[in-house]
Amino acid sequence: MANLKLKDVEKSYGEVRVLSDINLEIEQGELVVFVGPSGCGKSTLLRMIAGLEKISGGTLEIDGRVVNDVPPAQRGIAMVFQSYALYPHMTVRDNMSFALKIAKKSKDEIEAAVAKAARILQLEPYLDRLPKALSGGQRQRVAIGRSIVRDPKVYLFDEPLSNLDAALRVATRIEIAQLKEAMPNSTMVYVTHDQVEAMTLASRIVVLAGGGISQVGAPLELYRKPENEFVARFIGSPAMNLMPGEITGTGAQTRVRLKHGGGEILSDYPSTEDDLGREVNVGIRPEDMQITEGEDYAFAGEVEIRESLGEVTLLYFREHEEGADQIIAKLPGIHPDNRGQHLRLTGAPDAVHIFANGRSLLYR
Amino acid sequence: MNPALQGVIIVVLAVAVCVGYFWSSNQILDRVIFPAKGEKAGQNINRANMVRPWLFLFPALLVLGVYLAYPVVETLRLSLTQRVGSGYEFVGFDNYVQMWNEPKFREALLNNMLWLVVVPAASTAFGLLAAQLTDRIGWGAVAKSLIFMPMAISFVGAAVIWKLVYDARPLGQDQIGILNAIYLGLGGDAPQTWLTIPFWNNFFLMAVLVWIQTGFAMVILSAALRGIPEETVEAAIVDGAGPLRVFFQIKVPQIMGTILVVWTTITVIVLKIFDIVYAMTNGQFETQVLANYMYDKLFRANDWGVGSAGAMVIMLLVTPILVWNVYNARKEMR
Repeated sequence: MANLKLKDVEKSYGEVRVLSDINLEIEQGELVVFVGPSGCGKSTLLRMIAGLEKISGGTLEIDGRVVNDVPPAQRGIAMVFQSYALYPHMTVRDNMSFALKIAKKSKDEIEAAVAKAARILQLEPYLDRLPKALSGGQRQRVAIGRSIVRDPKVYLFDEPLSNLDAALRVATRIEIAQLKEAMPNSTMVYVTHDQVEAMTLASRIVVLAGGGISQVGAPLELYRKPENEFVARFIGSPAMNLMPGEITGTGAQTRVRLKHGGGEILSDYPSTEDDLGREVNVGIRPEDMQITEGEDYAFAGEVEIRESLGEVTLLYFREHEEGADQIIAKLPGIHPDNRGQHLRLTGAPDAVHIFANGRSLLYR
Repeated sequence: MNPALQGVIIVVLAVAVCVGYFWSSNQILDRVIFPAKGEKAGQNINRANMVRPWLFLFPALLVLGVYLAYPVVETLRLSLTQRVGSGYEFVGFDNYVQMWNEPKFREALLNNMLWLVVVPAASTAFGLLAAQLTDRIGWGAVAKSLIFMPMAISFVGAAVIWKLVYDARPLGQDQIGILNAIYLGLGGDAPQTWLTIPFWNNFFLMAVLVWIQTGFAMVILSAALRGIPEETVEAAIVDGAGPLRVFFQIKVPQIMGTILVVWTTITVIVLKIFDIVYAMTNGQFETQVLANYMYDKLFRANDWGVGSAGAMVIMLLVTPILVWNVYNARKEMR
């Protein structure tokens, strides 16, 4: 049974509709990550699940109960805020037991719950400290501890790592992953704009864009089979190269002649005879680009910029026309300085994506 | 000469004198006393820079000394003397003993304590309430300006307004005092002269100051409430806290420092309270307060010894609160 079910959920501020047609089912034990560019409404959606924002339309179910008009505290959710939102005048212990005190739990019960959470999060030495005497990572753990003690049906995380510095962010990300593993039955919804967090933590990713869901799927599914150009370019770094072209061969595999760069390329995406001559965009991830010497190449261009990162080398090719996206190749290892050289590139058929009118040929 | 013209001339002259002082004293320091030339040029520059701050501070220090420090010392001296013939003689603490034995002084001290408890508490509480209630409503800004407006009225002006509120007319005539109008409207038998009812009249006087200071408390506390991170409030809501709990257990503790500063600031004003009592009852009907008692002794009874002793008592009461207030305000700013 779905633990969390959103049906036709929408959100408007007055006349302005910011979210619409949100349909999503989250099973118990999943860690679902909402990811998207800033302003896509991912935090708003999370806050609607939490009950901090009104739901303008549709229904939200938690454990089979419609909770549209249920106050946050009775929804069985707990939320970890971006700024931690610890109560500055309370000790760590009081911060964690606040919700339980309100729920009128017995003293023993509260003590046991706090002790358990403190043990899981290694906060035992700090229970009597005020938040200001803690480091950023510790504060984050207290905020998580405040959720754990309530034993909620759904955990909500609102960009919990964005206030931490880079090193701590990686460490805390791993801690959250371990925490999830320690509580396999808990359901978590996690909002972030960082695709690394999304890819590493999620059992499923929900990509939000333009006020709606762009694609839902397991991280690698999104990476391998993006449903549309937005997801294709949003997941992966640097973003997928998109090159305009025209379908010249159809069948189980599709052949596309590229508009610029002169070559042709074969993709494992299937197509029908109707597609012949259709204008499409070919997508190849920078890491799937291969240098080729032969005549069977997709793209030829002049190397404009080279970035050597040691483990990989990034080559940026000169644009064929003003305003076109720059083609990037990400090659393993270190390459000699080849700026100004003309190189031929291609990609393996299983790594070549085809989009027509922004949508993948796989999903039509 | 037209007084306005006089005023303009004085302002221009005063500014000119100030500029002249700073400019010429600086010139003398740099050119005559420590010239930046010759074999000791470097040393002279350093010395001139050490002297310069004092040069600039001197006018302020002089004015503070003459009009603040000297009166304090002089008041202390006067409080220990008594007038004999055309001179003074030292009498030790006789003035203080005499004052302590006066029922009117004890009444004033007691009333001041009452003011001290009621006014800061009521002003801060009403101010906090007003700040919270006006925060989220559309016409909150209008309400705030209305509540703040009494701050712009002088204490004497406010006293006159409230005297009218408490005014009593003989039965049968229209009551122009709103309190009596309400009292009679609700079935009271005869108009009351509110300011002559001992003990309770203290509270009628306090109402005036509360009315004035609520605006002050509201403005400061409203800013403090706005400074509370919204996410802590949301976290409390998710934790199940109702509006009252959010207010008292999440919001108020976070602005406790500001509440204390507001409270003590009003406390200092209350300890010095004079105008309202002077203008409304002049300390009659058991409403005497320390400052009015001091004024009575100094300028009506011409007893400078006891009057000064009263002034010293007020200063002693104010000082610790003032020190604490400054300390807290500085801590807030950090």
